[in-house]
Amino acid sequence: MQYNWNWGVLFQEPYYGWLLSGLRWTVLVTLGAWTIALMLGTAVGIARTWPNRAVRTLGAAYVEIFRNVPVLLQLFLWFYVLPELVPDGLGRWLKRDLPLPEFWTAVLCLGFYAASRVAEQVRSGIEALSRGQLQAALASGLTLPQAYRLVLLPIGFRLIVPPLTSEFLSIVRTSSVALTIGLLELTAQSRQIENYTFQGFESFAAATALYFGIALAATLLMHLIERRTAIAGMVGKGSLGGV
Amino acid sequence: MSAAVILAEGVEKWFGAAHVLKGCSLSVSRGEVVVICGPSGSGKSTFIKCMNGLEPFQRGRILVEGVSVGEPATDLPKLRARIGMVFQHFELYPHKSVIENITLAPMHVLKRSRGEAEDGARALLRRVGLADKDRAFPSELSGGQQQRVAIARALAMEPVAMLFDEPTSALDPEMISEVLDVIGQLAAEGMTMVVVTHEMGFARAAADRVAFMDAGRVLEDRPTAEFFENPEAGRSKMFLSKILRH
Ligand SMILES: Nc1ncnc2c1ncn2[C@@H]1O[C@H](COP(=O)(O)OP(=O)(O)O)[C@@H](O)[C@H]1O
Ligand SMILES: [Mg+2]
Repeated sequence: MQYNWNWGVLFQEPYYGWLLSGLRWTVLVTLGAWTIALMLGTAVGIARTWPNRAVRTLGAAYVEIFRNVPVLLQLFLWFYVLPELVPDGLGRWLKRDLPLPEFWTAVLCLGFYAASRVAEQVRSGIEALSRGQLQAALASGLTLPQAYRLVLLPIGFRLIVPPLTSEFLSIVRTSSVALTIGLLELTAQSRQIENYTFQGFESFAAATALYFGIALAATLLMHLIERRTAIAGMVGKGSLGGV
Repeated sequence: MSAAVILAEGVEKWFGAAHVLKGCSLSVSRGEVVVICGPSGSGKSTFIKCMNGLEPFQRGRILVEGVSVGEPATDLPKLRARIGMVFQHFELYPHKSVIENITLAPMHVLKRSRGEAEDGARALLRRVGLADKDRAFPSELSGGQQQRVAIARALAMEPVAMLFDEPTSALDPEMISEVLDVIGQLAAEGMTMVVVTHEMGFARAAADRVAFMDAGRVLEDRPTAEFFENPEAGRSKMFLSKILRH
């Protein structure tokens, strides 16, 4: 088989611009989804450990639903089915007037999905603390929300920085499903370059390198955060100092 | 209103099907020191955690300064803020320095300013002999030091009573006395307290009354001298002879 290598295409317009634009969408979708995942996932993770049983059940139901339905199917449900289910006015707005519908749908879908995974990490972080920590906080007169905010979450989050980083990287990878609803993110753009130039190896290699670059940056950032927030005498999940 | 700071009457508690408190009563007057002893699993921890509502109970009642702990309408955080608690495993917050451990509740519950809370914390640290440890983290302290910080943390709320759940049983033997000294000094200053402990030397020296629990019941509750000289229940006799041998 004859293959004409031409790494130069990667640096030619418009292909160079396509790659950068794809990278930009991948980063934007990931950051948007991550914001939702962190906020919603923290709330659901707290619900999973809350003393009230009804709250715990609601949290568990959320996790089971969003974690177990394939992301691709969830994406189609958000994109094609949701506009038909909501009241007419809203449905029409979603279908016709929502700016960047592929982008916002991908952000919401990935955010809600990743929230279910973040929630499990948050729950395990909180559960890694001894019950005594919560009791000590409550015994001092703190309310339950204060005990979470001031004691359980600050310790729990420190314990789960590494698994949260994996969840973040998993969104980066999963974000490529957005190409199925027409978002021209990194994978889609590399495929498009292949279609136009037949330089598939180069374009896919470029996309791979860019995904790898994102992963590397995120991992470095994680190490920095981990070092900055480290608690003396505490390493990783479940090993509380002095107990 | 009686002078009892803590009054428990006929408290019954189940963990699922397990009946762990079977009608426990105890009255603690202002300034009184009550020691609770008894074999492991007899319900001592559960009982004192019922006193500040950390554990719910199903029957009977507990009044703290006349306020009913089990009543749904009771503001439990407010009630707990008036009772200090010290745990077997210290339970200091590992992500906070010693001084932050002590000032957390005064700042967030009593709404003290940081400066005011820190002044109070430093005074308490001097009192428990740890004035130089204010910036240390819990993991940098010995068990005995951690427990003294935990006592200072509880005292920072200016409680009307203190609950101790086996405060020395997780400590290496050489650290027990430094913690008992602090608790004994508090007792001498007139702090109202309930102390779950097997340190019978401490009980003899500091307690006004000793209660003996076994299998979810308070079998005995008598003035200290009487308890040691002439324990009534056969179970407490056996327990005492076993524990005093070492
Ligand atoms: N959270 C819990 N869930 C179920 N059973 C418990 C729990 N805590 C304590 N128990 C049980 O209640 C009984 C009394 O325990 P505890 O109050 O800790 O005894 P003590 O402090 O006297 O050793 C024991 O049989 C123990 O197994
Ligand atoms: Mg106990």
